[in-house]
Amino acid sequence: MTTFLALLARELRLSLRHGTDTLAALLFFVIAAALFPLAIGPAPETLGRIAPGIIWVCALLAALLPLDRLFGADLEDGSLDLLLLSGLPASAVAAAKAASHWLVTGVPLLLAAGPLAVMLRMPEEAIPVLLAGLLPGTVVLSLLGTAGAALVLGARRGGVLLPLLVLPLTAPVLIFGVAAADAVSGGLSARPHLLLLFALCAGALPLCPLAAGAGLRSAAE
Amino acid sequence: MLQAQGLAAFRGERLVFAGLSFAVPTGGALLLTGPNGSGKSTLLRVLAGLGRAEAGRLLWDGADALADLPSHAARVRYLGHQDAVKPGLTVAENLRFWGGADAIRRALEAVDLLRLADLPARMLSAGQKRRLAIARLAIAQAALWLLDEPTLGLDVASVARFGDLLAAHRARGGIVVAATHLPLPLESSVEFSLAATAA
Repeated sequence: MTTFLALLARELRLSLRHGTDTLAALLFFVIAAALFPLAIGPAPETLGRIAPGIIWVCALLAALLPLDRLFGADLEDGSLDLLLLSGLPASAVAAAKAASHWLVTGVPLLLAAGPLAVMLRMPEEAIPVLLAGLLPGTVVLSLLGTAGAALVLGARRGGVLLPLLVLPLTAPVLIFGVAAADAVSGGLSARPHLLLLFALCAGALPLCPLAAGAGLRSAAE
Repeated sequence: MLQAQGLAAFRGERLVFAGLSFAVPTGGALLLTGPNGSGKSTLLRVLAGLGRAEAGRLLWDGADALADLPSHAARVRYLGHQDAVKPGLTVAENLRFWGGADAIRRALEAVDLLRLADLPARMLSAGQKRRLAIARLAIAQAALWLLDEPTLGLDVASVARFGDLLAAHRARGGIVVAATHLPLPLESSVEFSLAATAA
């Protein structure tokens, strides 16, 4: 557990030093979402209706941005070998990477989503539900993304392969996340959608690090 | 005591070596020699548990070493071709994951990098990065050192200091397995040539 926390601290320190890479995902999220009012016009009723969809899709794409370098830099400079020899199981190394991805990318996206929702004229009562959905949603995105990044590690043009692999897997998260916010706008309960999101999160939490760990092992071979 | 029995490994589709057997006693050193492509690095990765052995067994004190990879990793220090130095972190921060502040100071002293401890690692020269990678070996006790061309890029004084580290490690009962083309400061080491099996 100490080694796991030490690895997490190391990852966070590295992200802090490469601040521009870290901020890039957040700025992409804000700018991409801000383009929608320009493209489809500022009419509140149109914007407000599609705002949850805009925010979810933009968050999903923004979370993909840093995945390319999640293990890539470590594979190139030999750090990955040392991480696998740190005494942690490969799946724990992957779990630490996923945790750092969530803290560095997922949490800022979550914080920026609230102001963006206001900007897009989302109905006020739906905003807390949107954020409640994004909380498990971003965790699942980090976990799926980590598994995808580990699987394409060492493949040529892995950066292109990665979205093709991860995006279809995120479809359920997108569906239930948007459905939760829409349900509240339509006067229905968001509870079943949120429960399903948390169930997806509970499933991905043990499974994705295992898959990612196997991917790391085979990339090191 | 490290024992290899009939190890074989592939690199890609090609069989690099097969039927390798050797034993290194406690405090011993094994020097892997052979031409480029004879499988020295592949063998080191198999010994570390990073590469997969297609056949054969690796025994540590008589027990199968590769059955439990995390606990095998805990007794291994691996120094590969690459230095695994993060340019964005300082010299001391590069070591922080592997040990506490005191251990870092002692390890940096051993490779004469202490006065550069707060410098970003991207300012280091190639030889200094290599010394930083060597400091990682010294930072915490581990029984088995696996070294791939450890002295590449080091100056004469650094090679001598590295010799002291190796001697201290072996005096504690540690084992060294090193692949090299350059003369290493290793006394009474056993040479193991992979050339014969490469064909």
